[in-house]
Amino acid sequence: MQKLLQLQDFGGPGAKTLDEVRREAAQGGCSSTGGSGKASCGSGAGQGDLSPEVWDKVKNHPCYSEQAHHHFARMHVAVAPACNIQCNYCNRKYDCANESRPGVVSEKLTPEQAARKVLTVASTIPQMTVLGVAGPGDPLANPGKTFKTFELVAETAPDIKLCLSTNGLTLPDHVDRIQAMNVDHVTITINMVDPEIGAKIYPWIFYNHRRIEGVEASRILSERQLLGLEMLTARGILVKVNSVMIPGVNDKHLVEVNRAVKSRGAFLHNIMPLISEPEHGTVFGLTGQRGPTAQELKALQDACEGEMNMMRHCRQCRADAVGLLGEDRSAEFSTDKVMEMEVEYDLEARQAYQAKVEQEREVIARAKQAELAKLADETSAIKIQVAVATKGGGRVNEHFGHAHEFQIYEVSTTGAKFIGHRRVDLYCEGGYASADGVEPIIRALNDCSAVLVAKIGVCPKDSLEGAGIEAVETYAFEFIEKSVIAYFKDYLERVGKSEIRHVVRGDADIRQGAFIET
Amino acid sequence: MAYKIVASQCTVCGACEFECPNAAISMKRGMYVIEAAKCTECEGHFDKPQCVAVCPVENTCIPA
Repeated sequence: MQKLLQLQDFGGPGAKTLDEVRREAAQGGCSSTGGSGKASCGSGAGQGDLSPEVWDKVKNHPCYSEQAHHHFARMHVAVAPACNIQCNYCNRKYDCANESRPGVVSEKLTPEQAARKVLTVASTIPQMTVLGVAGPGDPLANPGKTFKTFELVAETAPDIKLCLSTNGLTLPDHVDRIQAMNVDHVTITINMVDPEIGAKIYPWIFYNHRRIEGVEASRILSERQLLGLEMLTARGILVKVNSVMIPGVNDKHLVEVNRAVKSRGAFLHNIMPLISEPEHGTVFGLTGQRGPTAQELKALQDACEGEMNMMRHCRQCRADAVGLLGEDRSAEFSTDKVMEMEVEYDLEARQAYQAKVEQEREVIARAKQAELAKLADETSAIKIQVAVATKGGGRVNEHFGHAHEFQIYEVSTTGAKFIGHRRVDLYCEGGYASADGVEPIIRALNDCSAVLVAKIGVCPKDSLEGAGIEAVETYAFEFIEKSVIAYFKDYLERVGKSEIRHVVRGDADIRQGAFIET
Repeated sequence: MAYKIVASQCTVCGACEFECPNAAISMKRGMYVIEAAKCTECEGHFDKPQCVAVCPVENTCIPA
């Protein structure tokens, strides 16, 4: 009974009615009234517009800092299989399609197995700085397992940052414990602040021992999410908000969501494309609800960017992913293997790696500034997108045929900006071109003028050129942003000399479906 | 007067185990099962059986 009472108590300190919440949402704007500590509006994940305290918290966190994701790795442990809401983009038989890619059944772990896995991975991968619990259900629908895991990891590997990702329904009940465990990064998935829209996304929630359906379900969910967000930011815990962009359902509404979460002190907003392949068996997949195109997603992210930091480097990774974002080494660390591996937790080696990254970052930043200075006299209004093949370290260091994904930069005379990534199927399989050829990759990069690679074969180079995408090896192993700016300068010069004609590129595909490492 | 779990449907998420007021649900050989002797179909506790209400897959927790 006590539990029941506790759950019914919406409040806690600072509780607000729905109307108050809505009113505030409508007021939110760039000049935050929430006193959230967010230093300024604008883009970028660099130190530039962050306060020193915030930068210190995010600089080694690949999911919170675009810069960090080139250098640092994260891992998720699947200790939380139960969930308390149903989303139309999720089919629990195949894990959640958006928060963790579907198709492969996760190995569920006990907290003890998870802690052992964390130590093993941290010993093997010094750049692993972050442990997240992200499901495959909801971490806070499994609070016992989630917090036990954090407790065990904090004892043995105190330098690893702890974070969790939740739908927010029970978040207000757990804020004190989250703070006590030093979890200083929390992600809440908020897809709406209007329950009418929510009813199209969430068929039901399980709350106060009842299954609640329809608009009422979303009204409660939204109220709990926003309350949880406020309680966390009031305690100085960094909150990232994830939103799934569902064209025709919540795409326009997400601008309002952005204002609502910004005004409550959310630090970062991550708008992700809907994944809705029919074979995943989700409601959206079966009803033919499409996901956004690359340019639709970018336009929405751009529209929200004036309000707060936007995350564009999310890989929508699995609830058991291990490695740098964009790579998944989870297969190396199955429970059987982890139990056999030797664990030598070397804090010094880890700190040495992190110090080295710090130096490298400074070098990268200086190189970028120096290159940008060369553009100072350019006044062209041209803006292009450039794709980059990289396997980490902030360099153009991947062979075209070996790239699982390309990072996309937008570049103009004001500089180069990371705007996203495109997952692709490998072009090169065992030395031969894949059966599908280069076509799917061209569709994924169709909004780019060029792709910078470490190396590329003659055949795909010609195919890309035929599609109007220039494949460039000139910048092999150079820093990414410096290279993108240098390429752009060269591009402008050639346009100026009429050697090439500037073409405004079209839209591109966002790859759907499970990613299978080969 | 008891419910059962259809094994072929169950995702083994364990949500029902948390919610059962009678502690009638437990993991047996990698699968959740309802101990019929302990199951009251939640009568006297809740309006609806909790395992049915929380289960993410329809027609998985059904009358035995």
